[in-house]
Amino acid sequence: PPGPTRGLLCPRRVNSSTEGARTGHSHYVTPAESAMEGSDCTAKEPPLANVCRQNYGAAQDPVEPAVPRSASHVTGSSLGKAEVACGRRWRKTAGNIKCELLRRIILISVPRNYDPALHPFEVPREYVRALNATKLERVFAKPFLASLDGHRDGVNCLAKHPKNLATVLSGACDGEVRIWNLTQRNCIRTIQAHEGFVRGICTRFCGTSFFTVGDDKTVKQWKMDGPGYGDEEEPLHTILGKTVYTGIDHHWKEAVFATCGQQVDIWDEQRTNPICSMTWGFDSISSVKFNPIETFLLGSCASDRNIVLYDMRQATPLKKVILGMRTNTICWNPMEAFIFTAANEDYNLYTFDMRALDTPVMVHMDHVSAVLDVDYSPTGKEFVSASFDKSIRIFPVDKSRSREVYHTKRMQHVICVKWTSDSKYIMCGSDEMNIRLWKANASEKLGVLTSREKAAKDYNQKLKEKFQHYPHIKRIARHRHLPKSIYSQIQEQRIMKEARRRKEVNRIKHSKPGSVPIVSEKKKHVVAVVK
Amino acid sequence: MTANRLAESLLALSQQEELADLPKDYLLSESEDEGDNDGERKHQKLLEAISSLDGKNRRKLAERSEASLKVSEFNVSSEGSGEKLVLADLLEPVKTSSSLATVKKQLSRVKSKKTVELPLNKEEIERIHREVAFNKTAQVLSKWDPVVLKNRQAEQLVFPLEKEEPAIAPIEHVLSGWKARTPLEQEIFNLLHKNKQPVADPLLTPVEKASLRAMSLEEAKMRRGELQRARALQSYYEAKARREKKIKSKKYHKVVKKGKAKKALKEFEQLRKVNPAAALEELEKIEKARMMERMSLKHQNSGKWAKSKAIMAKYDLEARQAMQEQLSKNKELTQKLQVASESEEEEGGTEDVEELLVPDVVNEVQMNADGPNPWMLRSCTSDTKEAATQEDPEQLPELEAHGVSESEGEERPVAEEEILLREFEERRSLRKISELSQDAEPAGSQETKDSGSQEVLSELRVLSQKLKENHQSRKQKASSEGTIPQVQREEPAPEEEEPLLLQRPERVQTLEELEELGKEECFQNKELPRPVLEGQQSERTPNNRPDAPKEKKKKEQMIDLQNLLTTQSPSVKSLAVPTVEELEDEEERNHRQMIKEAFAGDDVIRDFLKEKREAVEASKPKDVDLTLPGWGEWGGVGLKPSAKKRRRFLIKAPEGPPRKDKNLPNVIINEKRNIHAAAHQVRVLPYPFTHHWQFERTIQTPIGSTWNTQRAFQKLTTPKVVTKPGHIINPIKAEDVGYRSSSRSDLSVIQRNPKRITTRHKKQLKKCSVD
Repeated sequence: PPGPTRGLLCPRRVNSSTEGARTGHSHYVTPAESAMEGSDCTAKEPPLANVCRQNYGAAQDPVEPAVPRSASHVTGSSLGKAEVACGRRWRKTAGNIKCELLRRIILISVPRNYDPALHPFEVPREYVRALNATKLERVFAKPFLASLDGHRDGVNCLAKHPKNLATVLSGACDGEVRIWNLTQRNCIRTIQAHEGFVRGICTRFCGTSFFTVGDDKTVKQWKMDGPGYGDEEEPLHTILGKTVYTGIDHHWKEAVFATCGQQVDIWDEQRTNPICSMTWGFDSISSVKFNPIETFLLGSCASDRNIVLYDMRQATPLKKVILGMRTNTICWNPMEAFIFTAANEDYNLYTFDMRALDTPVMVHMDHVSAVLDVDYSPTGKEFVSASFDKSIRIFPVDKSRSREVYHTKRMQHVICVKWTSDSKYIMCGSDEMNIRLWKANASEKLGVLTSREKAAKDYNQKLKEKFQHYPHIKRIARHRHLPKSIYSQIQEQRIMKEARRRKEVNRIKHSKPGSVPIVSEKKKHVVAVVK
Repeated sequence: MTANRLAESLLALSQQEELADLPKDYLLSESEDEGDNDGERKHQKLLEAISSLDGKNRRKLAERSEASLKVSEFNVSSEGSGEKLVLADLLEPVKTSSSLATVKKQLSRVKSKKTVELPLNKEEIERIHREVAFNKTAQVLSKWDPVVLKNRQAEQLVFPLEKEEPAIAPIEHVLSGWKARTPLEQEIFNLLHKNKQPVADPLLTPVEKASLRAMSLEEAKMRRGELQRARALQSYYEAKARREKKIKSKKYHKVVKKGKAKKALKEFEQLRKVNPAAALEELEKIEKARMMERMSLKHQNSGKWAKSKAIMAKYDLEARQAMQEQLSKNKELTQKLQVASESEEEEGGTEDVEELLVPDVVNEVQMNADGPNPWMLRSCTSDTKEAATQEDPEQLPELEAHGVSESEGEERPVAEEEILLREFEERRSLRKISELSQDAEPAGSQETKDSGSQEVLSELRVLSQKLKENHQSRKQKASSEGTIPQVQREEPAPEEEEPLLLQRPERVQTLEELEELGKEECFQNKELPRPVLEGQQSERTPNNRPDAPKEKKKKEQMIDLQNLLTTQSPSVKSLAVPTVEELEDEEERNHRQMIKEAFAGDDVIRDFLKEKREAVEASKPKDVDLTLPGWGEWGGVGLKPSAKKRRRFLIKAPEGPPRKDKNLPNVIINEKRNIHAAAHQVRVLPYPFTHHWQFERTIQTPIGSTWNTQRAFQKLTTPKVVTKPGHIINPIKAEDVGYRSSSRSDLSVIQRNPKRITTRHKKQLKKCSVD
């Protein structure tokens, strides 16, 4: 029988009770039945509201239109209505709570039998899952996010804002400095800072100002915020030097910055003369970097193939290592005080422990042309390198081969690269005047993840790790499309390397044992360490 | 003298020694003379030493005994030639004078001073600087070693490392350095000024300031405290009310209600004393409530609850009491107050109404409550007896007969039947008594019972006869005498006779019955769906109804119902059950046939066995037959090499190792390497593992949630590096890992210009060079 009519018919009601008696639960009333009965009751008995009305007096009856309404009446009736509404809501919420509780009980107490006999083939199943995860990772690998265009010459240097993730500064080869907003992906300020190249740019640790050096032998300090309305774009300070400065870096805690050119100069921000200049030999130094952890340490690399370390407190250089070819720049590991990585002209990167410079900790090779810039991830686990071969690569610190290579058709020689402070993105500035924004993890989903998504992501990651040595998975995970130039270069260099190795092996084989020393790959590239 | 003697003895001794030494010397030394000379000198010295023992430091002139090296060509003895001439000796006067001490000192100073070395060249100095500085720096850096190691080995690193505190600058600070410059901004500021909106101190408008002035901080605090207290109290109260509401105890609620009523009464009393008018009003209210109660059927045992209770009331003491309570409440509410006096007639009238309304069962209960009701008591005892019969089925009929003889048939409660029905299954197994004796006994008992209600039974007898005629096909063995009582009340007896009775499906039974009954009495159809209630009603009605015919009618109905449920079943069973079973059988057969037809072609088991046999054959090593037909024999078509020859040139393959699936009949284990599987296998042991079983174990432990509990799954899949989106990760700091960061500024050290080698540096340098 249809539900609604049930409560209205009296015989049916008797019926229901008799049914109950037959089944042996005459004294139990199911909730649905009681609800039906409720409507009956209201039909027979005066409703609750009526009783209330009686108690308060007939004057407050909201149904009677004849009675003139005073303020008290209105309040009374509204109160009654409110009560009714409350009651209804309460009933509703009670129902909701019941539903919720039931749902939770169902959700929580889903029994699960973990008996391995019931879930067989765990290894094959997980293998297939790992394979699928690896494939999906490749499918979703879309690292390129945006290209910031606006420079009118090649981008020569980049700098991160220390306090703001969205702000990036870049200096171009025509002396123009631009400040970009990454969230809006547009340029928010343009400064004609120098004549000729902007050789170096760095931000102050507090993020209120930044410094630039250029080919016009000047060091300029600029405010981070733009000039006021109608004001001229002017630097806060300008220092005119005697020689060209080729690089600049700011101290991580104090009002001190260091420039490099013919020597490494350390400047107080308030003075026009360097408070200390350190030199070791005579050659042009291409870059200088402060150690972010032990802030009195500096590293520089010069064009006579060496890397020099300095101690700012003792105003003296510490040690020099000479490599096979010139180092373009170095970068300190932000989590490990004594580790730095050098980007070399011989297509390799060298990670050194600064206390033992005679052997690099790791030689990173994959580039097929000179490495021009390197920057560490803020987590200190990986770094990104920019190369003349029109690609950027991401290396794990403890691996000699890169895990990722990014390139686009239009990206030319990449001159500078930076890893953003939240470790999620990579920016690179290249010859063809664009700054490109990449994801650090090519297949990562951007935005907020739900907990289930997160769990799935973690699980997939672990599966990929677990089965990474399996040939199919390894092949898929390593597969990258490369431009033809890079691909053919890799092939060529592989042949060359093999030939060299073969020759060496032959030489060892055909000479008196012990007369030809076996030099490990790591030691091969270090020419000398000068104390 | 003694000294001389001593010396002589010593001399002798030494000479002896020399003599003893001599042969050795002789053998070893190259020149004899030198050895002799040596001996001479020693002797001389010894003598001198002995002579000096005297105490007086006199010096004897050397006596020349023979040619020696000590004698110079100028005949001057080089006495004391071993001692060097010291400058001090020359200067020393006979008497030591203090005036020369200074000169001596100067001399010694001159002697101690060396020549000044040449200064190191600049490169060298710088190198030293560098080395020292490098060692120092390396030392400073080595404090990071444990931190770095820990971070490298960490299961999980969460970045940023330091806890960030959100720095919220007050708006005044932000806006203090800001000025309106563009025309638009200026315009806006003008507007703000006009409206007395705050510009410089943007937090407070004048109105806000005024309000601040109006209430002091203490007041605000106090007020807030009060509000908090009130809120807390309210929440406590709510919690308490909720708790009380949840209490299920009826007694508790009763007590509470009673307490409330008492309180109200007390208040009313007080009100009467204090304010009679208000009391009167109250009274009126009560009167109104009474009127409402009289109008309503609320406490009149007509509600659903009351009805259900009425059913239960017969067996349940509590239910009875509940009903009584309801009634008493009704009485209470409908009672007129003493203020208005009533006539007795009216009262009587109301009571009459009440009696009419109230079901009879309740009245019984009331009686029970007033005093011991023998009928009720009996029914109770009979119940217990019924229970006893369970234990001794042999005695059952007799006991029942006892009970029945004592009680009136009409008064017997339905419960007996129900209980018996329930116990039927258990008893069935125990029943071993012959049918005949059983038949006889219940019949006898029923006879005694019949005496109590002769008229009713006569009616029933007629009816049962009719029924019997209708069902001629029955195989039931019940005697003509026995059927009547069995039909009426005593179900156990027929049931005992036909144990299969309850096994047949009910639905079939009712349908059958319906058809049969429809021919006789159409009116019964209505009541078919609810036989139990009817039974109850019939149970209830006869008690208080004075008119007999009505009661009889009811009886008839009741009998039919009983029949429906129980007695007539055997016939139904004999007809219906087998046909149903046959149907089922047929269906199953059909089903099987269908499956057979569908899978006619493939015999999986035989195929598998064949496959396995083939696999075993294929894996067996093959014999090699090297016979060449025609070699050493006549050639030609159709000639076969002789058996002997074949035997000779057949190389038997050695028996291979037993197959792994030899003892597994349902399994084929392929022992060949599978190329397709090999493509998915790891060939070289990966780097961090040292043994293949380590690697295998890592692979074999599943990490998915299919095989692990939620928590284990989460633990197994924790990512190595966790970063928060949108958070800046700063380089590690000494404070982050618990080190003390140097308080010295890097800058201040430079300005002190430390470009000088200190003595400490020198020491370090020396250490370095030694190393």
